[in-house]
Amino acid sequence: MEIDWGWIGEHTDSLTEHALTHLRLALFPVVFGLLISLPLGVLCRRWRWFYPPVLTAANVLYAIPSLALYMIFIQYTGLNESTVMIPLTLYSLSVLVPNVVDGLASVSEPVRQAATAVGFGTLRRLVQVEMPIAVPVVIAGVRVAAVSSISLVAIGQLIGQGGLGEDIFRGYQLNFPTQILAASVLIVLLALVTDALLVAVQWLLTPWARARGRAS
Amino acid sequence: MITFEGVTKRYPDGTVALDDVSLECPTGKITVFVGTSGGGKTTALRTINRMVEPTGGRVLIDGRDVRDSRPAELRRGIGYVIQHAGLFPHRTIEDNIATVPYLLRWNKKKARETARELMERVGLDPGMAGRYPFQLSGGQQQRVGVARALAADPPVMLMDEPFSAVDPVVRGELQAEFLRLQAELHKTIVFVTHDIDEAIKLGDRIAVFRTGGKLVQVASPQELLSRPADDFVAGFIGHDRGIRRLSFIPAAEAPLTERDVLTAATPVATARAAGDWVLVVGEDRRPLGWAATGALPADGVLGEARLAPIGHTFTVGTDSVRAALDAAILSPSGRAVGVDGDGRLVGVADQHDLSAAITAAVNAAPEPADTEPADTEPAAVAEPADGLAPVDPVPVDGPEPGEPAPAEPASKDGVPD
Repeated sequence: MEIDWGWIGEHTDSLTEHALTHLRLALFPVVFGLLISLPLGVLCRRWRWFYPPVLTAANVLYAIPSLALYMIFIQYTGLNESTVMIPLTLYSLSVLVPNVVDGLASVSEPVRQAATAVGFGTLRRLVQVEMPIAVPVVIAGVRVAAVSSISLVAIGQLIGQGGLGEDIFRGYQLNFPTQILAASVLIVLLALVTDALLVAVQWLLTPWARARGRAS
Repeated sequence: MITFEGVTKRYPDGTVALDDVSLECPTGKITVFVGTSGGGKTTALRTINRMVEPTGGRVLIDGRDVRDSRPAELRRGIGYVIQHAGLFPHRTIEDNIATVPYLLRWNKKKARETARELMERVGLDPGMAGRYPFQLSGGQQQRVGVARALAADPPVMLMDEPFSAVDPVVRGELQAEFLRLQAELHKTIVFVTHDIDEAIKLGDRIAVFRTGGKLVQVASPQELLSRPADDFVAGFIGHDRGIRRLSFIPAAEAPLTERDVLTAATPVATARAAGDWVLVVGEDRRPLGWAATGALPADGVLGEARLAPIGHTFTVGTDSVRAALDAAILSPSGRAVGVDGDGRLVGVADQHDLSAAITAAVNAAPEPADTEPADTEPAAVAEPADGLAPVDPVPVDGPEPGEPAPAEPASKDGVPD
């Protein structure tokens, strides 16, 4: 297989633009997913009976093919970015909700009780004690959700909103491997960089875990 | 003062965790709640800071119903220490200690200064201020827990089995330091434990709870040992409560004599005229060891003879008859050697002398008032007591664990050799 480096040189602008679109289409859903998962996870911790149905619902959503979801949402949102982002947001829930729940569950009972006993109210305890302690587990979920979202978004090209997915499809149609390869490599790079950034975020948010790393 | 007025906690499923508990925890004193698991002692503790809301009766702090304050605000004014310290893993030691000051919106500098002062106070190196809880040992974490409870200088402290999760040696240290701190701070403390030895060691007053949330007896440690209210309490205290009572009789009450006490310079011939054993003391009256008169060399002075080690001495001003009796039992001569704070001889007493003193002290104690069992279903409850005995009792050597250890005369053992 011959790679046409010249083509790549001529198309850096469009590839960059597609890459940025790709990132936006992939990551906004993760942010929205997190915004939904945090309160949902908190509620699941508060009312234990609530968690199994929520988890089942999230998993069922994940099982629905994206194409089917596009067909459903296209009637309401049309051929635009939200039609791609809504399914991705729903997909992220199946990873993020359990991780938020597990993260909150990683706060030990003595810590929770001590927080109550020294005079944290419910909300303050959540924000200042439970959430910070849950960060490593939540971020682990965000990493999975972000990487899978970056890979899944390519399918959005079916409704004309695929970022780099469009290059893959075009390359296939034109039997032009260079374009397929360039877009695929870029997608992998985006995933790796995003993951590295999330690791950095976790590093910044959890100084106590850094101390643990040094100690061991 | 913390007052329980007919406090009852009944859960919706019918379980009764507290059954009409009335009791007072005096200001500036340590009140220990002790009892079997399921006895409601922790529940009782938690009604004070409203972590448990009673279904009947009320709890007052200095005459004020705790329900008059919002829970979070009430709790910021009450120190709380729990079993596994419950430190916040994501906060440094100083920020853990400064938790309540932060909640009370002190400025950060003042809060951290307070935290560092408290670290010294509870025996932690302030150099650890920037570490995280997991970097500390269990005992150190528990000290941080105590410092956190003290940070805003609350008049009331609640302690829920704070020393139960550390090993016996560390527990002994923590208990001693806790008493030392309390002697400085005079907090009103409610302390929950399942360990009767700990209760006796730490409590000014002891409240014994029994399964079903019933308060069986409230008494001073001495009173609890001498007059348990019923078979349950007697069983809970265990079979050696007689021996434990000795911890509360000062050794000074034992008659001490200087019979058969001779200096190291005494000629052997003189010593032979004494009893079977003579106690040899140095010029400075520090005891050197026991000499068996039957095995003395032909001539010379006692200081040159082979001496048997004393074992341990007891300190007359601070130790109890229990320590004295222990010293007598371990002594080769059967006599206990009493010394003053500097380790100089005060006198010796044998087991008969001590037992006479014990009898006198016990008889001098006021006659039991008409103690009727607090409950009408007696004997049956005494039976499970064996299984309920304290899990790993801390050896109680004397009644004053907070005092500095007596001068260590054991180091003199064998010196004359």
